[in-house]
Amino acid sequence: MKMTTFAALLAATTGLAAPAVAQDLHFPMLNYRTGPFAPGGIPFADGYQDYLTLINQRDGGIGGLPIRMSECETAYNTERGVECYESIRGDNPLILQPLSTGITYQLIPRVTADGVPLHTMGYGRTSAMEGETFPWVFNYPANYWDGASVAINYLLSQNGDSLDGKKIVLLYHNSAYGREPIPTLESLAASNGFELVLIPVDSPGQEQSSQWLQIRRERPDYVIMWGWGVMNAVAIQEAANIRFPMDHFIGIWWSGSENDVVPVGAGADGYTALTFHGVGRDYPLYDDIQTYVVDRGMAAGNGDQIGSAVYSRGLYAAMLAVEAARTAQELAGHAQINAAEMRAGMEALSITEERLAELGLPNFSAPFDVNCQNHGGGGAAMMQQWDADTQTWSLITDWIQSDRTLIGELATADAAAYATENNITPGCL
Amino acid sequence: MSDNVLFAMEAALNGVTVGIMYSLVALGFVLIFKASGIFNFAQGVMALFAALTLVGLQNGQIPFAPIINAAFGTSIHNFGWNLPSVVAIPLTVLVMIGMAWLIERIVLKHLVNQEPIILFMATIGLAFFLEGLGDIMWGAEVKRLDVGIPQGMSSWVDETTYNLFGYGFFIDTLSLYALGIAAVLVTGLVLFSQYTKQGRALRAVADDHQAALSVGISLRFIWVLTWSIAGIVALVAGIMWGSKSGVQFSLSLIALKALPVLILGGFTSIPGAIVGGLLIGVGEKLFDFLMQPVIGGATENWFAYMLALVFLLFRPQGLFGERIIERV
Repeated sequence: MKMTTFAALLAATTGLAAPAVAQDLHFPMLNYRTGPFAPGGIPFADGYQDYLTLINQRDGGIGGLPIRMSECETAYNTERGVECYESIRGDNPLILQPLSTGITYQLIPRVTADGVPLHTMGYGRTSAMEGETFPWVFNYPANYWDGASVAINYLLSQNGDSLDGKKIVLLYHNSAYGREPIPTLESLAASNGFELVLIPVDSPGQEQSSQWLQIRRERPDYVIMWGWGVMNAVAIQEAANIRFPMDHFIGIWWSGSENDVVPVGAGADGYTALTFHGVGRDYPLYDDIQTYVVDRGMAAGNGDQIGSAVYSRGLYAAMLAVEAARTAQELAGHAQINAAEMRAGMEALSITEERLAELGLPNFSAPFDVNCQNHGGGGAAMMQQWDADTQTWSLITDWIQSDRTLIGELATADAAAYATENNITPGCL
Repeated sequence: MSDNVLFAMEAALNGVTVGIMYSLVALGFVLIFKASGIFNFAQGVMALFAALTLVGLQNGQIPFAPIINAAFGTSIHNFGWNLPSVVAIPLTVLVMIGMAWLIERIVLKHLVNQEPIILFMATIGLAFFLEGLGDIMWGAEVKRLDVGIPQGMSSWVDETTYNLFGYGFFIDTLSLYALGIAAVLVTGLVLFSQYTKQGRALRAVADDHQAALSVGISLRFIWVLTWSIAGIVALVAGIMWGSKSGVQFSLSLIALKALPVLILGGFTSIPGAIVGGLLIGVGEKLFDFLMQPVIGGATENWFAYMLALVFLLFRPQGLFGERIIERV
């Protein structure tokens, strides 16, 4: 009897003393709210955090489990990004979205070894779309090469399906990020008969008079920009200075935020950029953000960024992460998923028009599916144009599909080279 | 004249105007180094802070609004009025003078007679503090700065050069204004230091701290004066660069462009800052023009430092700097 009582007490004590098993879903945020690239990092981080807060506040989390957010400041610095990763890797992170191509390149081998899913939406290593070589890395719904291809497809549509004899300048951030589209554009130049002129801009890009003097001399038909941070605003200002037609100046989606055009004032009117999601805040979901997040004083920022281009992108990234977690829970049959189960959810993700409407984001994104072979989604994007009078972006095209045949060939070759270098045997997990 | 010669002339002319923009940043460094021997790491951040303050005042932005809102549950962001530049600029000057006074009271006063490296480290701390303060006070979003300086291609230069050479040169009107503003600024600084009592005191301190103190010059006053002038120069640099790119936190990185200018011109010479800026500006534009077909461009960031390195090898004190002779 005494032994039974003792055993019961021991069991109760042991139970009490045992470490509490976390009943939550850890979504770490590798943000940059400081440093020269903070104007882009802050709205993305706010959009990401606000959506996760909405899910907690409105729905009680995902599958009944609250989302636990943790924030680590990278300052868009690759070393600090890796330090952030090292600090959270033991805390069951479900997904990482570092918003930096430099950090992404450093994290790919680490997350692969540790088994942590990495989602680089519209940035990062393009060939990571080859899921069999990069099982832990995803870059849906579109990647840089999709962006380059969509830009050229748009220009083809503007020029009677021929760019023969045209001259196109690629003005790019002289970094891993900026150099990503070069192979695709070189292939497209060869197949479409246009001349490609490459003009690099060293980071941060505060001074670009040499580049724009060269553009003035070259007299290109179009300029495509792959910039980030201050480089974008300076380039658009310089383009306005030399009276380059703004509707012939196309930015990648990271060169298409309010931060890039507002400082230029009226000179930026008509500037165009790609986007892989809707613009503005005319979506039902934003009403929920206002009600459940902003009005409750839980917004990550002061609420004035809601609906801006990069805020919407951060929100979209969070939405895709939550949808992947829901899919993972359905596949696993339980709510408390781990990183491996999250990865399976990301690989089975399906974004349909119906689901977007249910989420309060009708037509916000092109529908796409992810699978083991294709971690890159559909690759479609739209063109948006800046109106300096109303200070708004407007969509000027429907979804434009990238040339996935060409991109697939380039990605396969690049992924095969990576697999050989790193002794990886491609295959589905 | 061949096209390439004309293009080279255009590049060199743009180098002159860009070089003056670099000089505007370098001047602030020179003023403080000359008077106190401190290499002010915070000069670039001071330019950023001044520009942020100017835009904030122009737009009637409430400083520290996010903190006030978080603390009191309010939702205030703006006073509801806009200040014209003629009012906002003098107010910003007052803010910069107030900041200079606080820097002297809180930082420099306690570091008198310390090694230069200690003072340098203090300015690194100051840079981080000011950057954070600017963020908290005015927010980190990119802001448009418009003080009425026109931008865009100078039609006058375009037409004149077209009539002369058959090819119109591009020069940004803003850069032409920068030339004029730099000329006024340097003239003003020279007149101030030569013909006013405070200016002479400043020169006396620059020559010999101990001797200046012995004749009753207040070192603390001179430091406030110097940092105030450097703050005003930072405001001018912030206006010119902020008008080009919008006011954003990368503005503080323009200090990186000033360092090779200082190495070339000398850390203690105001004319040296101007000449150094011109050499760097013209040199980097011509080098980029000539070497771009060979090595693909984007040479400006490293060319300035390479040129500075060559100068360090042959003339470490710079073109106009004082030769340091230390007895052993």
